[in-house]
Amino acid sequence: MTAVSTSGPAYPAASSQLRRLALPLPWLATAALPLFLPGYEPLATQILVMIVFALSLDLLVGYAGIVTLGHAGLFGMGAYTAGILSVYGITDPLLTAGCAMLVAAATGLVFGWAMLRTKDLTLLMLTMASAFLLYEIANKATWLTGGEDGLQGVNFSSLFGTFAFDFRGITAFYYSLAVLFVVFLAVRALIASPFGWSLRGIRENSARMAAIGCPILKRRVIVYVISAALAGLAGALQAQATQFVALYSLSFELSGNILIMLILGGSGRLYGAFIGVPAFMFAQDLLAKQDPANWFLGLGIILIVLVMLAPGGILGIAERVMAAIRRRRGAA
Amino acid sequence: METATLETRGLNKSFGSVPVITDVDFVLRPGERRALIGPNGAGKTTFVNLLTGNLRPTSGRVLLDDHDITELDEARRIRQGIGRTFQITSLFPMLTVRENVFLAVSECEGIAGNLFRSALRHRPQIERTDELIRRVGLSDVANTHAQLLPYGRQRLLEIAIALALRPKILLLDEPAAGIPTADSHVVLDILATLPKDIAVLLIDHDMDLVFRFAQQITVMVQGSIFAQGSPREIAADPRVREVYLGDSKHGLAAAS
Amino acid sequence: MTTAITILFFGIAYGMILYLISVGLSVTMGLMNIVNLAHGVFAMLGGYITVTLMNHLGVPFLLALAAGCVLVAILGFVLERLLYRHLYGRSELDQVLFSIGLIFVSAALARIAWGPLAQPIELPDYLKGQVEFLGLELPTYRLALVGFGFAVIAGLWFGFDRTLFGARIRATVNNREMAQSVGIDTDRLFALAFALGTGLAALGGGLGADVLAIAPTYPLQYIIYFLIVVAVGGLGDIKAPFLAAILIGLADTACRYFLPEVGAIFIFAFVFVVLIWLPAGIMQWRRS
Ligand SMILES: Nc1ncnc2c1ncn2[C@@H]1O[C@H](COP(=O)(O)OP(=O)(O)O)[C@@H](O)[C@H]1O
Ligand SMILES: [Mg+2]
Repeated sequence: MTAVSTSGPAYPAASSQLRRLALPLPWLATAALPLFLPGYEPLATQILVMIVFALSLDLLVGYAGIVTLGHAGLFGMGAYTAGILSVYGITDPLLTAGCAMLVAAATGLVFGWAMLRTKDLTLLMLTMASAFLLYEIANKATWLTGGEDGLQGVNFSSLFGTFAFDFRGITAFYYSLAVLFVVFLAVRALIASPFGWSLRGIRENSARMAAIGCPILKRRVIVYVISAALAGLAGALQAQATQFVALYSLSFELSGNILIMLILGGSGRLYGAFIGVPAFMFAQDLLAKQDPANWFLGLGIILIVLVMLAPGGILGIAERVMAAIRRRRGAA
Repeated sequence: METATLETRGLNKSFGSVPVITDVDFVLRPGERRALIGPNGAGKTTFVNLLTGNLRPTSGRVLLDDHDITELDEARRIRQGIGRTFQITSLFPMLTVRENVFLAVSECEGIAGNLFRSALRHRPQIERTDELIRRVGLSDVANTHAQLLPYGRQRLLEIAIALALRPKILLLDEPAAGIPTADSHVVLDILATLPKDIAVLLIDHDMDLVFRFAQQITVMVQGSIFAQGSPREIAADPRVREVYLGDSKHGLAAAS
Repeated sequence: MTTAITILFFGIAYGMILYLISVGLSVTMGLMNIVNLAHGVFAMLGGYITVTLMNHLGVPFLLALAAGCVLVAILGFVLERLLYRHLYGRSELDQVLFSIGLIFVSAALARIAWGPLAQPIELPDYLKGQVEFLGLELPTYRLALVGFGFAVIAGLWFGFDRTLFGARIRATVNNREMAQSVGIDTDRLFALAFALGTGLAALGGGLGADVLAIAPTYPLQYIIYFLIVVAVGGLGDIKAPFLAAILIGLADTACRYFLPEVGAIFIFAFVFVVLIWLPAGIMQWRRS
């Protein structure tokens, strides 16, 4: 189960040019979606929002090696911040999204600074406890959050004062797509930066990182705060697209689901989120409506098989297939 | 290139009630090429760990240029110029050779916290990375994952990472262990390219390597300094020959 | 005064259930060094078996409990040999995903077999109603629960301290290589410890069916509590989790009684602070 050897330049020049040309294609195809699949905009928007969320999680799980079961806590903070602001009359989408990012980042700073000195089971427990704590607070503070009924009266004004959030969800769709594109570019730049490389170093061997002089806690807190801000942004998008905030947005269930979506696609691979999220959500849309038992049974079996036989998710499988083909060609 | 003197005074370390290092007074001067030898379990690795701040002494002091650094942690001591390699290879297995070395270069040059510009666009640091890789002879595998290298080449990568931190003092814990004997001269060649004013402390069991490299030798037995002197003096010292070298002068590798 | 004793009593009963279910988790996580989120599955299954045997086949309570315990222990043994074994030494993430997968599968199967609603336990007559105890009216069932729990715990602690099996577990938790070098068959030990831990969880699940309701959501709903007990108690021990479980049972009960508007907030904040302060659990505090 060793990794693919990449002797010589990692990506030959020709293929890198191809890549650059091919990059906009999926984005353009997605942008044309409302033409081909009218009526699917709300589901598509949900998927885009969850990809933003999964990308933020990938920074932690895939790159920094921080396994968290409480990422929904940060998503929910963003969703409630945007939602509550709109209830109190601050309804501009971009302004509330910015506030949501700030609040989520601040939450991430406080929790991250406290939690990230620990590791292993303790850290995992702390991430869970932090999200449960936020969930319980939102659950009990009904005067502010609406509690179990969800936040009522969420209403955002038009984007740039021009594009209203329409009934069909066209505005929400293009808005989410644009945000996702910006987040994607930002995350891609981040993981290519020296900071991004050092995160992978910490993931691979944190003792060795300490021995080359890396301030590990600081790096981990910084990436946690960045990830929190992006998760909060995803939460705000969710609130704006659906004009509603439910307790689910803070739940353990969502924390688990987003982790599964990411792993399904392949973590630490940037494109994993783009594969795992749609696969999960389409399947859920098809199967869970009929019978939740079958959906969970199938999902559970897939998870077990994935861990036992195919670590690396869908992209991991694709990489191994490609490597096998290349080897066969090399041998022939 | 700055220089520095590393010194210990009355250094002691016990694990539980077991004393491992006892009352070690030791000096490593700028530009010195010193070997530290001694049987397995003598405490050599523990001593290096005390020097780098990886372990805290039970009592005694560690001084760098007469400043007490006993309380400084590992990261701070690295920034003050104390570099080391590990006896047990400690790399970033799933990263490429280039990434491994770049991590150290970027920490050393203070750009590792940079969030915005691509690592590959940090030209001077990338060039330095590639230069270090060339120096240890790993250019042909620069884009290979560290875990796929044969053990001997992993040892060389370990040295490149240590050099990347621009040490004034370099502590090498059995750098040649695992490198086929025929290739151990590679390590010597690399050491020969180091600036003359870097102080190097080399731990090794290969007496051939030790005697070719060292100007000074310290012999450690059961946690104490047993003898010190030039290679010639150590080789001639009857006590050393008795407890340590056995009968033949160069038979140490077999003895340990 | 009466309130205090009532809370004490209900808290201890709750803590007892938490302990019985979690102690096996503490031992196996410390012994095999794995993160297992799916431990609640075995408690749920124990609960289903007990309830089904009693409600539908009229099997006496204690016999039904024993049957659940034994059947689940066997299942635990088989699962350890078939699946869990492959997780030792794997990444924490793999272990998390695997155990979530196991939770989903078992919850789905439970839903198919028993439906989505909670299965109420039909207590035998002698456990219904109240008894007078120290001048208080206490539910007979909880009193029996506490008594039975203490008996099991006494046996468990005695066995852990005095039997060869217990000594082997302690030795292996301490230092696996050392244990192997003195000839302990760790493979067998792991399987047996896993069987014992899951059996105890089943016992806790059955015994506590009236406290933690048996439904397909059980493993997900209560996992946080089981993990809290283990994390606060510290891994690989059987006594510290008892202290942690009772503490959490009492704190949660008291908080729900006096400050219902705060609900479970207190318990999560409490756990958060304890773990920041003592990352290795309360055992760390005793050691330092
Ligand atoms: N972390 C530790 N805990 C307990 N004993 C240790 C530890 N590290 C080393 N030792 C003991 O200290 C002695 C010296 O070990 P070491 O420094 O590795 O020797 P050397 O490098 O000379 O072979 C050995 O007896 C070893 O067992
Ligand atoms: Mg050594």
